[in-house]
Amino acid sequence: MSELRDLYQQLILDHGRKPRNFRVIENAQREADGHNPLCGDRIHMFVTMDGETIADVSFQGQGCAISTASASLLTQMVKGMTVAQTKELFGHFRELVTKPVEPHESLEKLAVFSGVREFPMRVKCATLSWHTLLAALKGEDKVATTE
Amino acid sequence: MSQATGFSVDAIRNDFPFFARSSGTEPPLAYLDNAATAQKPQCVLDAVLDLYRDATSNVHRGVHRLSAEATRRYENARDIVQRYIHAHDRCEIVFTRGTTESVNLVAQSYVRPLLGAGDEILITQMEHHSNFVPWQMVAEQTGAVVRVAPVTPQGELDLDAWRALLTERTKFVSVVHTSNAIGTINPVAEIVRLAHERGVAVLVDGAQAMPHQRVDVQALGADFFAFSGHKVFGPTGIGVLYGKQELLDDMPPYQGGGDMIKLVSLTNTVWNDLPYKFEAGTPNIAGAVGLGAALEWMKTIDLDGAALHERALHDDATARLRQWDDVRLIGTAAHKAAVVAFVMDGVHPHDIGTILDQARVAIRTGHHCAQPLLESFGVHATARASFALYNTHEEVAALAAGMAQVRELFGA
Repeated sequence: MSELRDLYQQLILDHGRKPRNFRVIENAQREADGHNPLCGDRIHMFVTMDGETIADVSFQGQGCAISTASASLLTQMVKGMTVAQTKELFGHFRELVTKPVEPHESLEKLAVFSGVREFPMRVKCATLSWHTLLAALKGEDKVATTE
Repeated sequence: MSQATGFSVDAIRNDFPFFARSSGTEPPLAYLDNAATAQKPQCVLDAVLDLYRDATSNVHRGVHRLSAEATRRYENARDIVQRYIHAHDRCEIVFTRGTTESVNLVAQSYVRPLLGAGDEILITQMEHHSNFVPWQMVAEQTGAVVRVAPVTPQGELDLDAWRALLTERTKFVSVVHTSNAIGTINPVAEIVRLAHERGVAVLVDGAQAMPHQRVDVQALGADFFAFSGHKVFGPTGIGVLYGKQELLDDMPPYQGGGDMIKLVSLTNTVWNDLPYKFEAGTPNIAGAVGLGAALEWMKTIDLDGAALHERALHDDATARLRQWDDVRLIGTAAHKAAVVAFVMDGVHPHDIGTILDQARVAIRTGHHCAQPLLESFGVHATARASFALYNTHEEVAALAAGMAQVRELFGA
């Protein structure tokens, strides 16, 4: 049960149930779809930019607690960041959920996902929103997938 | 319940090394994902190993004794399949990679030449994607249309809608015998009768029926019957297409290659006889032999007793899940196999799957390759426990205990 409690921490359960920035941005400058073919989860992300900086970011879709909470916390974290900073943060996040490392200090609240590393089948749930956001920032039309 | 018959779960479990392993040093694992694939009895493992150890050789090729032995075992497996499903002739048994390849073979070799623009193929909304996509592909190729008969809120085929959709435009019917996602057993004999009244041929997807009941393709009247070895306790990568000889005879080959020809010249090629016309290339020899061993094993089982046991497991699991108001069962047909699909308010099936796995209960979560069916229930994914004849009530209890943990973690 303890590994499960590490995975499903209160912050994750809270954001899984009541995701923040779960809304449509009308006239978003950048959008992308994400799809996890393993479980059928789908996500759509909206971004507005102010130069190189993410001015607003939101998402819609349906998924498990891990993927929903990840998308929710992600949107809170990257608002106000540049594209380069966002990419760097994703590097730290991916390391956090796949390797036994101490959370990088820039991850802040995202450190709550450290329990994911004990569940390799769930890494894709935690990273789907990140892949989708990066696809949106690149301005790619194609659907981002976790495959 | 099982004591009243010749069926004994303990005796069955003794045949499967999987259960010996999980009763050893590791805590037991409740394997409730049998609709995805089944565990293998020792006799199947032995048959595959013996084939590779004692008779590795190609079939239908060499004059040497090893090739003769491999051919004998491979063709013996065909005889076993023929007798098991009561086919009229051994040439009606085509070995394929599985149900999916069997359906694609029929779609391309039998149905495609029949179709013109506006013609219709009739299927149900509870088909596995393997009985959807090949028809969508052949419709795309010919301008034909795939008609999909709806299911009721209980997950049964709407027979009135089915009759209305079966028209003079219908050129082929393909229907699942037993639903992988919700367990519904369709009235396939009636479906075959209705189609034959209109002179329309029928394929029955028997993948999920084979592990649970005896099948007699002649009594069923199906023109084609497809199944996979691995769901009926045999190896992966081997399956069967049964087809009536008069239909198979007139069909062009599905794939070209070795073993499917009698004579090849620069200008002319003569197809081989049935069933070899449809078995291009070196076949899955060990897979066929393993499937033969699996069906020989099935013949020793009191399947009526097994069906009663599986029904009791289904009813037990259903009752335990129904104690919670926020758990909703998906698919409650009157006539169904031991498949229990469900969703829980506020908890995604994927999270249920992870928590149950930690509780050492293996279930399937997701769309089960049946997205159109789940759509009709208004869900994107379900959690699914699917039982086989070797499962126990202790394993049902483990499922319920795992669900109690889900509720605890998610504060339900």
